[in-house]
Amino acid sequence: MKHLTEKQRKTLLRILASGVLLGILMILRATVLPDRWYLQLPLFLIPYGIVGWDVLYKAARNIRRGQVFDETFLMAIATIGAFCIAEYPEAVFVMLFYQLGELFQSVAVGKSRRSIASLMDIRPEEARCLRDGEWEVIAPDDVEIGERILVRPGEKIPLDGVVESGESELNLSSLTGESLPKPIGVGKDVYSGSVNLDGVLEIRVTKRYEDSTVAKILELVENSALSKSRAQNAVEKFAKWYTPSVVIGAFLLFLIPSIITKDPLTWLYSALIFLVVSCPCALVISVPLSYFGGLGCASKHGILIKGANYLEALSNVDIVVFDKTGTLTEGKFRVSAIHPASDVTPQRLLQIAAALEQNSNHPVAKSILEEAGEISKPTVEGLKEVPGRGISGEISGRLVLAGNRRLMEEHGIKVAVPSELGSVVYLAEGNSFLGSIVISDQVKESAVFALSDLKKLGVRKSVMLTGDSAAVADRVAKVIGIDEVRADLLPTDKVKQVEGLLALKEGTLLFAGDGVNDAPVLARADVGVAMGAVGSDAAIEAADVVLMDDDPEKIPSAIRISRFTRSIVRQNIAFALGVKFLFLALSAFHLTNLWMATFADVGVAVIAILNAMRTLGYKEK
Amino acid sequence: MKRIYNLENLDCANCAAKMEAKIKKIPGVTAASVSFFAQKLVLEGDENRWEEILDAAKNAISSVDADCKVLAK
Repeated sequence: MKHLTEKQRKTLLRILASGVLLGILMILRATVLPDRWYLQLPLFLIPYGIVGWDVLYKAARNIRRGQVFDETFLMAIATIGAFCIAEYPEAVFVMLFYQLGELFQSVAVGKSRRSIASLMDIRPEEARCLRDGEWEVIAPDDVEIGERILVRPGEKIPLDGVVESGESELNLSSLTGESLPKPIGVGKDVYSGSVNLDGVLEIRVTKRYEDSTVAKILELVENSALSKSRAQNAVEKFAKWYTPSVVIGAFLLFLIPSIITKDPLTWLYSALIFLVVSCPCALVISVPLSYFGGLGCASKHGILIKGANYLEALSNVDIVVFDKTGTLTEGKFRVSAIHPASDVTPQRLLQIAAALEQNSNHPVAKSILEEAGEISKPTVEGLKEVPGRGISGEISGRLVLAGNRRLMEEHGIKVAVPSELGSVVYLAEGNSFLGSIVISDQVKESAVFALSDLKKLGVRKSVMLTGDSAAVADRVAKVIGIDEVRADLLPTDKVKQVEGLLALKEGTLLFAGDGVNDAPVLARADVGVAMGAVGSDAAIEAADVVLMDDDPEKIPSAIRISRFTRSIVRQNIAFALGVKFLFLALSAFHLTNLWMATFADVGVAVIAILNAMRTLGYKEK
Repeated sequence: MKRIYNLENLDCANCAAKMEAKIKKIPGVTAASVSFFAQKLVLEGDENRWEEILDAAKNAISSVDADCKVLAK
């Protein structure tokens, strides 16, 4: 009761009052009032008026505006018709149940709306901004780039920015779905919509509110209900033709047999049943509601889909195309193997490597230093870069080398070549080989599961696009389980590859990339999925589906959600049409009555709506 | 240009579909979408005739459901 709006509460009271009155009158009709229509008619008009005056009013108003054939019109004719043939209780009952169905519908839709709104409870209300040396609380929209804001523990970060002072942990769960808090400190980028957990942070704002992450995400989610799926459009078109056809059908069902049999009353009754059953609400509400719920469910899982049309397209994906770096792999170089020579410890190998590389900015050097962390480094003297080869230096008077095979060969050092692919740094001290360190991009563990899930879902072909060499790409593809590899591509080649795949017309093509450099490809694919796109405007703009983190397993999840939604939509269409056609057929043969027809019409709508709402509650494992 | 407007008291999904069909027929409108769930109207059309288009769209909406209002934005 407490979730009802004022309007809904009033309707409910009217329904209850009218229902009680109807019960009393039906008892009276059976006991003291039989056969006295002049008493019955005005009495039954009371509950009818209580529950249905607004329907009659709307019907009349719509007819005046040339809007015939809507629900109110159907209900008005059906009930007035029932009064005409002295079926008074039926007339009231039809109206009462119609209103009950409408009320249920509006409560159900309101509930779905609220549940989605609460999902998106990330809109920051205020920002504490430094103005004239004081912290002033203002609306986030009024903060300019470069201003300083203060965020206390427990508060949402209102605008994107860089931490100027303070240390804390952030909860990014509403942005990325990741529940593990992220530690941050001075100089780190922070995104609006994340929640500050424990320290006070001073942040320099880098984006206006309307360009900030939270505003972009809200805009995307709010607008997603605006693109319609083909099923929705079909239902709307169907409803447009269906109602007038049924009205004409009802009229003919009344007219022709009446002339032939000279028994207009019986056939009028059948025609009225026809009208009651003809209301298309079960479909018109439940189909869009299913998609609405499906979109909401996807957002709950950190999958933002830009419209019902893409949700629909996801269920039909036949080909998946992945960008390699950052999508299937971490996109970060890390030490993946350390191979010390027989008399060297891995620890010592890393110490020497770190000592040699400590001043270098090369990505390889950085990964080694990251791996080494805080370990003690021996003192090196005479550090010298050997262009195209590596680095040399002296430790305790002995020459040490770190670099590629050429560097080693030039010093006559024999090396053991590691089996792993990647960049290899060889190390030597004096004339002896110390070992090697392999640096490579790591395959995401979840990519393997994602691919096997996609195969289970019936995706026919998987393709990986990469600018990397074929040797590296083939190995990654083999580990993950990708069918085809297109390697050595320039960024512009990726669009051509996708266009080539689209030209084969083998089915719906999904492209997933990390949003860096691949906006044109995202836009070109049937379904473009941008991963971990929080903070990347171009990707959010170009993609049809935005994954809030960079977990490739979200792709099969999205497909499962879309298939679940599709199956609900199909169930509802089949069920609603099945029951309606059954009743239309039965009523043509006098095998049903108005009570049953009303139950069938409203009952189907209620069941279809409840079924549609299941999409919102769908949970991925 | 493209604008999104909030709608108030849009009560039935069928009405939303009808409004959408009517608005799409307004001269100067290139695309339109009325969402019952989002309670929103997306209007895309000729910028020079925007006032005229918006008025026509408002009329189309109230002709389907007199209670439904386009909120100023």
